[in-house]
Amino acid sequence: MPGTEFGATVDKDGVDTVIHMHGDVNRSAQDGLATASIEAKGGPGRLLFDFVDVDYINSTGIALIVGVLAQARASGREVGAFGLTDHYRELFQITRLSDFMTIYDNQNAATAAGK
Amino acid sequence: MVSLMRRRKKTPADLEVVQTTVVPVTAAVEQVEIPAEDPFHTYLVTMGAPVEIKELELASPTLQRLRELGVEVVIPLVGQGELLGALYLGGRLSDQPYSTDDRKLLGNLASQVAPAMQVAQLVREQQIEAKERERIQQELQVAALIQHTLLPKELPQRTGWSVDAFYRPARSVGGDFYDFIDLHDGRLGVTIGDVTDKGVPAALVMATCRSMLRAAASRHDAPGAVLADVNDTLVDEIPPAMFVTCLYAIIDTRSGEMTIANAGHNLPYIRTDDGVVELRATGMPLGLMTDMPYEERTYRFEDGDIMVLTSDGITEAHDPAGEMYGFSRLMGRVASQVAEGDVVGSLVADVEKHTGPNAEQEDDITLVVVKRTASAEEAAGVFETGVSSGKTVLTAFSVASEEGNERIAIDKVVEAVTVLGLSLVQLERLKTAVGETVMNAIEHGNQFREDLDVAVEVATSDEGVVVSVTDHGGDRAIAQTEAPDIEAKLAGEQSPRGWGLFLIEQMVDELNTSTGDGLHTVELVMNREGGR
Repeated sequence: MPGTEFGATVDKDGVDTVIHMHGDVNRSAQDGLATASIEAKGGPGRLLFDFVDVDYINSTGIALIVGVLAQARASGREVGAFGLTDHYRELFQITRLSDFMTIYDNQNAATAAGK
Repeated sequence: MVSLMRRRKKTPADLEVVQTTVVPVTAAVEQVEIPAEDPFHTYLVTMGAPVEIKELELASPTLQRLRELGVEVVIPLVGQGELLGALYLGGRLSDQPYSTDDRKLLGNLASQVAPAMQVAQLVREQQIEAKERERIQQELQVAALIQHTLLPKELPQRTGWSVDAFYRPARSVGGDFYDFIDLHDGRLGVTIGDVTDKGVPAALVMATCRSMLRAAASRHDAPGAVLADVNDTLVDEIPPAMFVTCLYAIIDTRSGEMTIANAGHNLPYIRTDDGVVELRATGMPLGLMTDMPYEERTYRFEDGDIMVLTSDGITEAHDPAGEMYGFSRLMGRVASQVAEGDVVGSLVADVEKHTGPNAEQEDDITLVVVKRTASAEEAAGVFETGVSSGKTVLTAFSVASEEGNERIAIDKVVEAVTVLGLSLVQLERLKTAVGETVMNAIEHGNQFREDLDVAVEVATSDEGVVVSVTDHGGDRAIAQTEAPDIEAKLAGEQSPRGWGLFLIEQMVDELNTSTGDGLHTVELVMNREGGR
């Protein structure tokens, strides 16, 4: 499939749990993101999405984020995101995703806000 | 004394002093270069370590000069087998010879300085290259802007006639142009031309030639006289080694009579009920020499006749094996494929099929198609001055109905609109809108069928950018999705999906849809300025 293959790693060593994503967040990200969200369930603190290495998100990708966000909220967990480009920040505002997850400029800002 | 010299290139003239410290033996040592052909140069590269030159036996003028200036030790700065510079040391202030530790220290210093110099040099070269690329890109944008500004924004509309045009610049922007001139008494002037050369010079000549043609067309009734007039004026204006091929036709839209003159341009092909007519009229390209005669030929259009004017970007398009599309193939396609429907689209698609899907366009591609759709009696006495909403097509392509191919479409659209200078915000919005629309076409319109493509056309109009995406779902109702409600989605009351159409609507200024003949087209319009 054209584009950049999706991949995700989960960092549970800090105060918060971070899902570091890279590649395209589209339909191809479905399995990877689902696996990452399961792994992140047992992690500490808030759930943070790292979009630093993501340069393409489509409507299916947004739907996947919504799914993970819904699960996290159902378990009472706070959710945030960092590393979004200005364009995808706009998409998160238009879709109102940013009403339900805090958007930070970068990981340092996200971490500082959690302390 | 330490003198550090830096060599940028292999030529000795490029040696230059970048730093001098300690007590100088003499300032003249700063000017001593080590030519590449000097044996001392080779010796230093080979040694790659501090060299005491006092006892060194080499037939080297440079070595001799350094000794005369009091240099005792030379420390080469070598990187990747190249002498980047050298440290020159005179005697120690204490008059003691250099110790092993001294030489070791200086050797270590040199080993660290050399790679740093090399990195700095690479950075500088890359900066120069980046500036050059930026300059070329800006020039191409200027050329594209000139061409885009001067090409017709509207197509002429005449009862009983249909006129269509296509222009797609190559990456390097050639000098193609076409024009329609409203003449009196229901006559229509049609020009197509090509300036030799590319970029800004070609665009400026194109602009000049277009103005001259319009002025001459108002002074002369015969196309041969128009071209002769322009030629005589252009000879004094055009830069050396440049010229213009141009065909000028005057069509009487009432009678169907057409007269053409041709200044070395591709011949027009006219598809008739009896086959394809090649209308040959001779004449030298414009701008080469004065007092050139331009032969005229006439033709009378019958109902259904189609004239195809082309630029050499079509006939000289190469396939991967290097074979040109050629005149005979063009003539054959005009004969077989353009009887009905989208003449421009079918010819462009055939050229793209010839060049292959990933070929970079070598030259501008320009097509003008004039079709007589009604008899002379029907059209007689009717002359409309109204115009249709015209647009300039930047690119047209198709992608297979495979998942992920929206990324290919996005990349091609971005490439096509680069010349328009959209803001980054507009460009990102357009990318998302195109991606979502093509994805919908692949998934919903064509239902991932391998035998169905999604057609994409990128054009500019007075309003801005227009991207049309066509799939084969025209006869099938596309399922309407609920308006996305994030709260309902998070509560599990609505599917997490269903954002596509919503995003498209939010990203562009106008969204139009149409269906017909089994096709479904979504038209995305992004205004040139202001945007959303």
